[in-house]
Amino acid sequence: MSEPEPATEARRIAAEQRDRARFEEEALALADQVYRVARRLVGSREEAEDLVQETYARAFRSWRSFTPGTNMRAWLLRILTNLNVDRGRRIQRTPQTQPLEETDYYLANKVASAAGEEALETDEVVGRLSQDSVVRALSEIPPQFRDVVVLVDIGDFTYADAAQILDVPIGTVMSRLHRGRRALKQHLAEEALA
Amino acid sequence: MSGGPCDRCEELLQDFLDRTLTDQEWKEAERHLAGCDYCARRYRFEETVRKYVKTSAVERMPPGLMAKLDDLRGLDATA
Repeated sequence: MSEPEPATEARRIAAEQRDRARFEEEALALADQVYRVARRLVGSREEAEDLVQETYARAFRSWRSFTPGTNMRAWLLRILTNLNVDRGRRIQRTPQTQPLEETDYYLANKVASAAGEEALETDEVVGRLSQDSVVRALSEIPPQFRDVVVLVDIGDFTYADAAQILDVPIGTVMSRLHRGRRALKQHLAEEALA
Repeated sequence: MSGGPCDRCEELLQDFLDRTLTDQEWKEAERHLAGCDYCARRYRFEETVRKYVKTSAVERMPPGLMAKLDDLRGLDATA
């Protein structure tokens, strides 16, 4: 096989540089959304910043492995969650236990018995929950359940995207999500009724 | 669970709000909610709490991080 013509090679390199620049622009445009998820998966702002920087460093190095036209946000979050698990940085305030199997009306029932049924129709509960208490409640969910709650309820990922990001079957996403939300409500009840 | 209609409605809550119920389950939930204040109140409450959690949990990217990410552009695969 003969060597490519210098002009052909120059065009190939220029096209690759354009593709790469386009990839980087697209990835950077998602940084705020990536950070939002990262921030709720780790315990501090500094850790979230480090995690996002490591994610982008890896993404920029391996940009050729991204398939154009597929979901870049999910691709970036897949890198991020893998890095987070690899480095054992997930918030571990609670021991690795299964959440208690409370029912879905748990928080509502707790509020209703403490403050009456009418409290459910007002902003009373929301008024009792500061932003910090919500963040604290989220951080108390066991990590494997919290990852799914954060991706779906904070990151707005679909079940299918979350399954792809975490490399688990969609049924596992659904079951972890249901259990994670129940655990969240238990912690919110503790915060709201403390 | 005792298996009564409110227990069944409670089981459908999360998928109802996620819009992942089958048509038949959706109709089942709506029929029950139309005649049950107890469950209807809890569904509305759950929706409010979900929105509030989402709003409270979102933290914007700190200033300066974007510049650091921008500096990473062009990283070589071997670096």
